[in-house]
Amino acid sequence: MFTATTLNRRSYRTQNVARAVFFLMTVTLVIPVLIIIGTLVVKGGPAISWEFLFTEPRDGMTAGGIFPALVGTVWLVAVALLASVPVGVAAALYLSEYAPDNLLTRTINLAIINLAGVPSIVHALFGVGAFVLFFNIGASILAASLTLAVMTLPVVIVATRESLQAVPQAFREACWNMGATRWQTIRKVVLPNSISGILTGVILEVSRTSGETAPIMFTGAAAFVAFLPASVFDQTMAMSYHLYYIATQQTGVPEEIPFGVALVLISIVLMMNAISIAFRVYLRGLKKW
Amino acid sequence: MADGERGDYAIETRGLNLWYGDFQALYDVDLEVKRGIITSMIGPSGCGKTTLLRTCNRIIERLGYVRTTGSVSILGHDIFADDVELVQVRKRIGMVFQRPNPLPISIRDNVLFGFRLHEARLRKVSAVEEDEILESSLRQVLLWDTVKDRLDKSATGLSLEEQQKLCIARLLPVKPEVLLMDEPCSALDPAGTEAVEELIWKLRGDYTILIVTHNMAQARRASDECVFMLLGRIIEHGRTDEVFLNPENSETADYIEGRYG
Repeated sequence: MFTATTLNRRSYRTQNVARAVFFLMTVTLVIPVLIIIGTLVVKGGPAISWEFLFTEPRDGMTAGGIFPALVGTVWLVAVALLASVPVGVAAALYLSEYAPDNLLTRTINLAIINLAGVPSIVHALFGVGAFVLFFNIGASILAASLTLAVMTLPVVIVATRESLQAVPQAFREACWNMGATRWQTIRKVVLPNSISGILTGVILEVSRTSGETAPIMFTGAAAFVAFLPASVFDQTMAMSYHLYYIATQQTGVPEEIPFGVALVLISIVLMMNAISIAFRVYLRGLKKW
Repeated sequence: MADGERGDYAIETRGLNLWYGDFQALYDVDLEVKRGIITSMIGPSGCGKTTLLRTCNRIIERLGYVRTTGSVSILGHDIFADDVELVQVRKRIGMVFQRPNPLPISIRDNVLFGFRLHEARLRKVSAVEEDEILESSLRQVLLWDTVKDRLDKSATGLSLEEQQKLCIARLLPVKPEVLLMDEPCSALDPAGTEAVEELIWKLRGDYTILIVTHNMAQARRASDECVFMLLGRIIEHGRTDEVFLNPENSETADYIEGRYG
């Protein structure tokens, strides 16, 4: 009475086929990651050494290290964060905690989504037009970082707003009912309970920003600068742009050098992501609701 | 708002109408809640009792699409007047929610939260004074003996009953006159319900308590006066025993006898 019918068997076959197809698709997703990292480690691995990390490039960038580019990337990312995090967090606080649901708010939300969809090369041209030329900052770390900041702003806003909205509404109501103002509520309850999410978003931003090439290409990155940047008004080398340059614009570069640069860059990104994930897991363990 | 108390009633509404967008939730509500007693509000779901409760401390305005006409006076002061500061209203009128909502901080910080917000900004408060307030608030809600050894543990680790008592305790340090309670026992088990009811009864006299409940037995045993609402109107308001024994209105009688609800 409980034996399978022909119809049962057919459903089973269909279901097995479906599972196999979905599994294959999932694996397809992992393959490029493995190939990229594998290739970089095999081809770029031999280039990595203390000397590679901590000396300047020599002989028209066909030898030597990448130290100025590493330092330049740190500068660019740091200044970009200094600009985008305060603005982004403040905007997210307004949108999440203060803004009424009206036409203006909806328009702002639409603008944020659209800003996130603008291609990076368009941001680059905007950066040249606005920061380098109009505000007359000139090609410099400042101009490049501001361009990066504009580009990452929507992501900071969205990530921050999501972590703010993950704070249960009941906490806010509890505060308001004790006569707390909105700011007191934010300061004492909302921020302490969402800071982990905000920080995670910021760290992920660092990893994304450090790999961007187009926005800094015309605004502040240089192929070769003989000195380390002393202020935000200097031009600088950067990892991503350095990679682009030696891989496509310079002849006679030994193969392992661009692969080595790529390996260092992707290691930074993966390390940042790992820190961010570890951080999130740790902070989630501290939450008590 | 001046600190002086006027009027005979703790809460007095006159011709109060309230709309959520196009939907009218309250119709010409005239309610007089006497001081120092417990008044319960009963009625079927959607009759407007929670809406009325939430209008009394203007928390309802958080929903942007709410519109009201008429007046609400607390201790003789119109809370819709132009010079009214919401923070002052909320301070004098505490609210307890259906679901206990302690903040995810220590028990001590929860109890002292409102106090620090209002008092500690005006003057220097000593640790001794804070401890006294902490103890007396927790004693008032019959929670001191249970939690005195874990004041610095997180409040979210308490049982629901203890959390609800804590939520009442944290209102007390800022000396409210009125406590609004929105089905404070509906998330609790029978033992918890009994304990919180006992507490509410103990607070009677020191505070004016307006309590919304779905539990008819609770309204009957734990309130002095009872308000019956139906479809946004007050149908009956009188002494609890009279409302339950000799309801004037046939709709009240039908509801109390469980013919609808």
